[in-house]
Amino acid sequence: MKSLAELQAIKDKMKDKVVIREGVNETRVVVGMATCGIAAGARPVLNAFVEAVNEGGLADKVTVSQTGCIGICQFEPVVEVHEAGKEKVTYVKMTAEKAKEVVEKHLKGGNVIAEYTISNN
Amino acid sequence: MKELSLNILDITENSVKAGATLTEITLDESDKNLILTIKDDGCGMSEETVKSVTDPFYTTRTTRKVGLGLPFLKLAAEQTGGGIEITSVVAKDENSPHGTCVTATFNKEHLDFTPLGDITATVTTLVQGHPDTDFLFIHRKNGGEATLDTRELRQVLEDVPLDTYDVIKWIEEYLREQYSQIN
Repeated sequence: MKSLAELQAIKDKMKDKVVIREGVNETRVVVGMATCGIAAGARPVLNAFVEAVNEGGLADKVTVSQTGCIGICQFEPVVEVHEAGKEKVTYVKMTAEKAKEVVEKHLKGGNVIAEYTISNN
Repeated sequence: MKELSLNILDITENSVKAGATLTEITLDESDKNLILTIKDDGCGMSEETVKSVTDPFYTTRTTRKVGLGLPFLKLAAEQTGGGIEITSVVAKDENSPHGTCVTATFNKEHLDFTPLGDITATVTTLVQGHPDTDFLFIHRKNGGEATLDTRELRQVLEDVPLDTYDVIKWIEEYLREQYSQIN
């Protein structure tokens, strides 16, 4: 069974990391999580990003966060990628599968997947 | 919404937005009924606002003129023969109790009952998105219960944030284990 003792171990492991991590994340992935986003399937999209970013070793570079309605409800689930010094990229009609692909090709590989962006939909 | 757990995620966002420090999500489930309660200590709403929140043309959002969160929950409850009730106390000063409580009752045997779905994913999503506020989640079912109290976690974790990936994963497994006992 999972116990609070395990949590203690996580804490001990993270303690040193927390200090180092602060302020270094230069990329932000923002998932729209208002009623429109949630109804369209934003929850699995968000969780796919959280998992792929962390499992892919990008946690020090990329933050995944949630926001309210972005204003383009018909395109939900909507995901914005903000990278320092670059123009914002808006991905639309996202799925968990597409999210994993964005992490691989865009966040890791540096190539925007134009097909999934708002300008192509 | 395809799952009630998505309605729960959506409605709980209102509590967080209302500045709640603690939001309690309770599910009381019997063979016939499901009673959902979302209670927060946020800023509360006036009597007039409470009356209008189930109107789709009332919203606090600025991007659109419709707000479907509570209307969707109301519909999901009413289509099973149940309903929702909202009570709220506006914050007058810091010391007086305030907050909102939404209760929704569902008849599980009704054909139009929406399944609860992945409630564990809803809880982890809430913690991931709002690591600085507390959630108390209790699901009573079949004589047992699945619970998560982020205040307990915070005590152990101290300054390690609750949205740390390992912590989110821990919460997910912690709840799934509890569900394997009561499902």
